[in-house]
Amino acid sequence: MRHRSLLILTSVLTTGALTLTACGSRDENKGGGDSAGGGTTVVIGVDAPLTGSLSALGQGIKNSVDLAVQTANKQKLVPGVTFKIEALDDQAVPASGQANATKLVGNKDVVGVVGPLNSGVSQQMQGVFAAANLAQVSPANTNPSLSQGDNWGKGEFKRPFKTYFRTAATDVVQGKFAAQYLFKDAGKKKVYVVDDKQTYGAGLAAIFTDEFKRLGGQVVGTDHVTVKETDFSSTADKVKSSGADSVYFGGQYPEGGLLSDQIKKTGAKVPVMGGDGIYDPAFISASGEANEGDLATSIGYPVEKLDTAKKFIEDYKAAGYKDPYAAYGGYSYDAGWAIIQAVKAVVDANGGKVPTDARAKVTEALGKVSFDGVTGKVSFDEYGDTTNKQLTVYKVEGGKWIDVKSDTFNQ
Amino acid sequence: MNELPQQLANGLALGALYGLIAIGYTMVYGIVQLINFAHGEIFMIGGFGALTTYTALPSGTTLLVAIPLMILGGAIASVAVATAAERFAYRPLRNAPRLAPLITAIGLSIALQQLVWQFYPDAKKAVSFPEFKGDAFQITESLQIQRADAFVLVLAPLCMLALGFFVSKSRSGRAMQATAQDPDTAKLMGINTDRIIVMAFAIGAAFAAVAAVAYGLDKGQINFEMGFILGLKAFTAAVLGGIGNIYGAMVGGVVLGIAESLSIAYIEDIPGMQQLGGGAWSNVWAFVLLILVLLVRPQGLLGERVADRA
Repeated sequence: MRHRSLLILTSVLTTGALTLTACGSRDENKGGGDSAGGGTTVVIGVDAPLTGSLSALGQGIKNSVDLAVQTANKQKLVPGVTFKIEALDDQAVPASGQANATKLVGNKDVVGVVGPLNSGVSQQMQGVFAAANLAQVSPANTNPSLSQGDNWGKGEFKRPFKTYFRTAATDVVQGKFAAQYLFKDAGKKKVYVVDDKQTYGAGLAAIFTDEFKRLGGQVVGTDHVTVKETDFSSTADKVKSSGADSVYFGGQYPEGGLLSDQIKKTGAKVPVMGGDGIYDPAFISASGEANEGDLATSIGYPVEKLDTAKKFIEDYKAAGYKDPYAAYGGYSYDAGWAIIQAVKAVVDANGGKVPTDARAKVTEALGKVSFDGVTGKVSFDEYGDTTNKQLTVYKVEGGKWIDVKSDTFNQ
Repeated sequence: MNELPQQLANGLALGALYGLIAIGYTMVYGIVQLINFAHGEIFMIGGFGALTTYTALPSGTTLLVAIPLMILGGAIASVAVATAAERFAYRPLRNAPRLAPLITAIGLSIALQQLVWQFYPDAKKAVSFPEFKGDAFQITESLQIQRADAFVLVLAPLCMLALGFFVSKSRSGRAMQATAQDPDTAKLMGINTDRIIVMAFAIGAAFAAVAAVAYGLDKGQINFEMGFILGLKAFTAAVLGGIGNIYGAMVGGVVLGIAESLSIAYIEDIPGMQQLGGGAWSNVWAFVLLILVLLVRPQGLLGERVADRA
């Protein structure tokens, strides 16, 4: 009896843990195009977390790509071709992303994919796309190894997958920019570094740490948190007793917001800084505690301030999407638009028809696209990285993110 | 600054929260030998019930007035869901092999999460919850207690006392003990065992609602996924203390909470263990502790007291 109940307990724990990944995925795919034009239908895949705690960002990505597709259809940009999106939910789980990639590859109408949000998810998808010659443009992946290979840190740049592109600047740029701002502009010398052990968070924290030390700053302590945990009070007390004058957090806003709150609650009034993963209204609004003075870097210039983005914002409003375009909307629109431009180039070169080897040709054409997008000039370098290295530091003031410094990064 | 008192206080508050949720696991297991894996979601529903109550109150209501009403609203929601689950998901399977209700419980847990996700406005991400304003209580120079922590530290022992009194002194409580010991004989003695089982589910759910309000007040936010990890931890606490034993649930919770806090604070200071400390490893240490206790004392710290049917 005793053994049997122990056995049951163990199996329960395992099964319970499995339910975490087994939650059904839901597809809110409304389909993209108005049935404009007729002719051939070309599908642009979208993969992002459409449910779960990062869904605010994921929905913004999906809607923005949808907007790009609708705009192209309305303008009849590629005569005889109607664009459509197929949006899949990865719930920020790498295994789901891989399954979605396989599904998108299986749909022969898909000529390019926008997504995913998370670098860790992308790692599992890249190989699937590369094997099928299907181009992927991420609006949000910032981990350098995705485009520059595992040894980028040692200065050996090698592009692992020729089908991988991104409109987001990498963490090398972002982490260094953050360190320089915190040390030089904000005058902080003693930082406590916390990360969430994920590809994105840990990578960003490591880059930040190196640059901060190189500048002459001191790292007075480090800790790691677990994703989906909510109690960080012990870590918060360690921060307080370490005497740090600032905290750098590599991770996403659900944990970042709580960590910042719990640090403030201990009475340690130090700012928490993070990357684009925490640059979201939910970082501030999820809790009643004031986050005044917290900092975040994000890629690009503030979309609201760019002339090129005015039309995007108006169109987005007019389209009546339920969720806001969030942090990556502009980049997602540009990613979708880059694929559309590539398709246009391929179709134009093929006498107005979609060629049979469209995927390979689109991948090739993507490397050469160049246009003025929502976020500025859009084009890709030899690694598939964006050539746009603009960054902005945001600060929480009066319960809102306010941009405090925008600059083009140079080493 | 000596960090130890502060880390102990953090662990104690976290543990009291685990303990309050663990009561639900332990009572139901003690009486029907079922691990109600949907209990984490009952806790989550309690939180959303409390939040709904708060939104329905006229604006400007002070937390002092609002909190009892929120606990009440949360408890109504979680008790309703728990008793409905018992009636429609578990009772039909009461004589089925033990694996069947277990699977049902897991299914129910996912269903409840998705229901809240789908139908509660904005529940797709964390939803903000009213929070205690004001500074923490400064006890000594190196020890401060957050207001929300003080709330749970006061409330948890009170709830436990009330429950202990109910189980040992009241008629229904004694009927509950009898049912736990031997349901068939209890039935022959004229005890309505179905009613007792519903009561066990309801009490567990009400405690979970109290825990959910404490959790919300502390974190300032609740989330449709919050029942999963906390439920798992509370279940662990129940096993650690001796599943079936209501005081064991509290003891297990406190031991687990303190173990987590101390492992975050101190394991990395031990020479050679630097890589194994900090927040990332706290769950590992909590489960290592569970395994160690179960190896030495398979019945848990306080032992199984009410269920004795092997």
